[in-house]
Amino acid sequence: MLLFSLIPMQFQTPNILLATPEMFLLAGTCFVLLTDLFVKDSQRFITYLLTQIVLLVTAGLVLFGTTEMNLILAESYQATGQSGATAFSDMFVLDPMAQILKISILLVTVGVFVYSREYLRARDMYKGEFFTLGLFAVLGMMIMVSAKTMLLIYLGLELLSLAMYAMVAFKRDDGRASEAAMKYFVLGAIASGMLLYGMSIIYGVSGSLHLDHIANYMSTHPVMENIGLLLGLAFIIVGLGFKLGVVPFHMWVPDVYDGSPTAVTLFLGTAPKIAAFAMVIRLLVEGMGDMVQGWQQILSLLAALSLLAGNIIAIAQTNIKRMLAYSTISHMGFVLMGILAGSHEGYAASMFYIITYAIIAMGVFAVVLLLSREGYEADQLNDLKGLSSRHPWYAFMMMLFLFSMAGVPPTVGFYAKLSVITAVVDANIIWLAVFGVVMSVIGAYYYLRAIKLMYFDKPEGSTSSVLALVKWDFRVLLSLNGLSVLALGILPGTLMTVCLKAIQSSL
Amino acid sequence: MFDGYLLSVLVWLPILGGMLTLLIGDRFATRPVALIISVVTFAISLLLWTGFNAKGYQLQFVELIPWIENFKINYHLGVDGISMPLILLNTFTTVLIVLAGWEVIKHKPSQYMAAFLIMEGIINGVFAAQDAILFYVFFEAMLIPMFIVIGIWGGDNRIYATIKFFLYTFFGSVFMLVSLIYMYTQANSFAIADLHTVKLGMTPQILIFLSFLIAFGVKVPMWPVHTWLPDAHVQAPTGGSVILAAVMLKIGGYGFLRFSLPMVPDASSELAWLVIFMSLTAVVYIGFIALVQSDMKKLVAYSSIAHMGFVTLGFFLLFPIIKATGSSEGALLGMQGGMVQMISHGFISGAMFLCIGVLYDRMHTREITAYGGISNRMPWFAAFFVLFAMANTGLPGTSGFVGEFMVILASFKANFWIAFLGATTLIVGAAYTLWLVKRVIFGAVANDQVAKLNDINKRETLILSILAIFVLAVGLWPEPLINVMNDSLVHVIDQATTSKLVN
Repeated sequence: MLLFSLIPMQFQTPNILLATPEMFLLAGTCFVLLTDLFVKDSQRFITYLLTQIVLLVTAGLVLFGTTEMNLILAESYQATGQSGATAFSDMFVLDPMAQILKISILLVTVGVFVYSREYLRARDMYKGEFFTLGLFAVLGMMIMVSAKTMLLIYLGLELLSLAMYAMVAFKRDDGRASEAAMKYFVLGAIASGMLLYGMSIIYGVSGSLHLDHIANYMSTHPVMENIGLLLGLAFIIVGLGFKLGVVPFHMWVPDVYDGSPTAVTLFLGTAPKIAAFAMVIRLLVEGMGDMVQGWQQILSLLAALSLLAGNIIAIAQTNIKRMLAYSTISHMGFVLMGILAGSHEGYAASMFYIITYAIIAMGVFAVVLLLSREGYEADQLNDLKGLSSRHPWYAFMMMLFLFSMAGVPPTVGFYAKLSVITAVVDANIIWLAVFGVVMSVIGAYYYLRAIKLMYFDKPEGSTSSVLALVKWDFRVLLSLNGLSVLALGILPGTLMTVCLKAIQSSL
Repeated sequence: MFDGYLLSVLVWLPILGGMLTLLIGDRFATRPVALIISVVTFAISLLLWTGFNAKGYQLQFVELIPWIENFKINYHLGVDGISMPLILLNTFTTVLIVLAGWEVIKHKPSQYMAAFLIMEGIINGVFAAQDAILFYVFFEAMLIPMFIVIGIWGGDNRIYATIKFFLYTFFGSVFMLVSLIYMYTQANSFAIADLHTVKLGMTPQILIFLSFLIAFGVKVPMWPVHTWLPDAHVQAPTGGSVILAAVMLKIGGYGFLRFSLPMVPDASSELAWLVIFMSLTAVVYIGFIALVQSDMKKLVAYSSIAHMGFVTLGFFLLFPIIKATGSSEGALLGMQGGMVQMISHGFISGAMFLCIGVLYDRMHTREITAYGGISNRMPWFAAFFVLFAMANTGLPGTSGFVGEFMVILASFKANFWIAFLGATTLIVGAAYTLWLVKRVIFGAVANDQVAKLNDINKRETLILSILAIFVLAVGLWPEPLINVMNDSLVHVIDQATTSKLVN
């Protein structure tokens, strides 16, 4: 009898079907991995095509859902009135925010692979491993986005990170890439350690790894006097800061951006940022929302420092990848501004910011890829010289991206900045808003300098046309990418509403 | 015609037309296409004048469509008596610019024309926007084509000038953005009309006023944030200088009327002395700086700053007048003077820069010492130049006289010394302009190059004649212009004298 009582009387099938997209992606990744074994180097296109199909089908699954997924969501909605549902003993959540972020991650990755194909081929890096590693990274990101416990967040993060370390070191005979990978690995490991340590302290105090339970614990206890929780929070923020690449945890960003093959930089600088945003929201807002006073102050400081250091150091760069690395740091400062406002509008603003930033960054790195050719890395700012007389259309696209990064209307970057600044003004942190806009003026200088090189300077002899390398899909995507920056700048309302609705119904 | 969407047509027609010229490229009839678009736009903008009802301050030709619903931002256009003449000034000036660049611009003419057409649409948007964010979007977007115009078609030091121009203006305007957002959090709306009525405490008002002062002061430009203007003017191609002086500077003045005075009246009253001090410094000190310039364009650029000083002076005379006399009577005269000065300066400075462009196209130098005795070789040109120079000094009968005279008259009500310092412009302005005329136009033929000059051709004659007609028309009969803006200005005075302090 005793033995029986230990076995649950009813064995409920866990409704793991909510994770159908992830499961499909995992199966697809394994399939790509196996197929690639039987594919000759000359037929690598098959691997590439399969990868893209897997990503697109996964995106379709996230967007439309299967019948079962929709059923579970509908039932959960009727039962709880919330438009998200959980699975795997509440460890995994599928809510509107997760859906939108996953779709963004998947689509951005599709774009990244389109952009990098020819670059990889020209550099003997057109291997199946690149795509499978990329797919595993995407899986890690999707798990991070949907994680409801600290453990799952950590697992997703590690899956992403391990794949990224390998991708950075993909060109293994290149000293700089190896150095970058080493730096990334060591610092990333330290950051993971910090994060894990912080999580363990929080677990020790609250007694649970589940974010909702932690939130419950925090809402019923005085949190700001609890030294354990504060310590755990501090460690978690250090870990998050490393992953986002905000000052003072930013040292790895320029080196890794610069050392990696440009195709990897393109990947590294776009999709994982979206996942990192989700991680910050899950941990700080969902888990430790009651400690907002605590993290608001720390994040304000991190945001201000990132804006300051990112924008000022970027001015001194002559290498375009390093310049973009510092620009990323400053953009992450803006993303933090929205989060630290501590309101739904603020989170939605940050979400809008990070999604549009991924789109813009993708385009900028694509132009850098466009300028490179066999045996020549176009990573100096001077390589942009005279682009407008060589390729007026791509120069125009690049101008749109750069003005968007500088936050000049009518490009989408302006509305991203507008919404985060509105959020901090709403939260009455006006000094940060003023500081942010002043820093964006300083930032405008180096974006303008790049535009000046493209439009006002004469082309240099050595940087001749490279477009022969670039296929039609690259061109079409880059044009769409550039025009989307303009289109979202003229009609930003829809995406903003989508972000706000997602945040409101998820948190 | 165009009932209900006239302003949208005026904003989007030139923008789309500009894109069309870009698509056409340099292979085929870029210039005629650009000319047709600009003339059509100007013709359509005349409907604003004919359909305008000068009675009352209410917005006319209103369009209102929700745009970004999260922030309650609307695509809200409309004009009143203040913005309507400025839109006309803009569409008019663009036609002249297209004509002026006809033969002169040989490098990528399609992009040149496209930049100016797109800029025309954006500036129309600035004047027509009735939503603060829409205004800001146009206000900033305007920088992009101007940045490119100076950077591509400018002089030797164009890159320094264009980056300075961009960063200066960008720096000025971001503070305004924070202020607008702050007011949004108070009023829960970005509609300019709502921001006019929202209550604000004194400290926020002062800070908001200062942010507006930076934004619009850079644009006007006011001393001491004027230093970008001489650089931008000297380096810009003729068309760029013309649009900059004739239209873009007016956006600063317009901003004071539309934003500073009605939105933060108490702070405006409190800090009026600062604006008046800055304006008088511009009038007197910048006038003296103009006197010593050796570059013609720089001289006219500094004279622009001095003349724009009258605009801001006229707008802010309201407060010292109330202080001195206890009523706002007479302040209207100052405001009207400021507005007339804006329009008139649009014609005169545009004409001056076009004249210098005519000389530069022939001689490729702007140094005054390279010229002398032009009247011997170019009598028609000399006649026009002297007329515009006289207008610049404020000769009665030209448009330059009307605005300055009204402002000086109004300032007597406020304070004798303000009037006295303002009136020095009549001497200093005459000094630098007439001395310029003497050195460039009169005297013996200075050198061989001057001796070989040909008089202006038909195209140039046409441009300068049109401007001359307007300069004289506004000078002799400013009544219609003043009538149109009268009620709107009265309303601004009402708003500026009604306290918005939270009780």
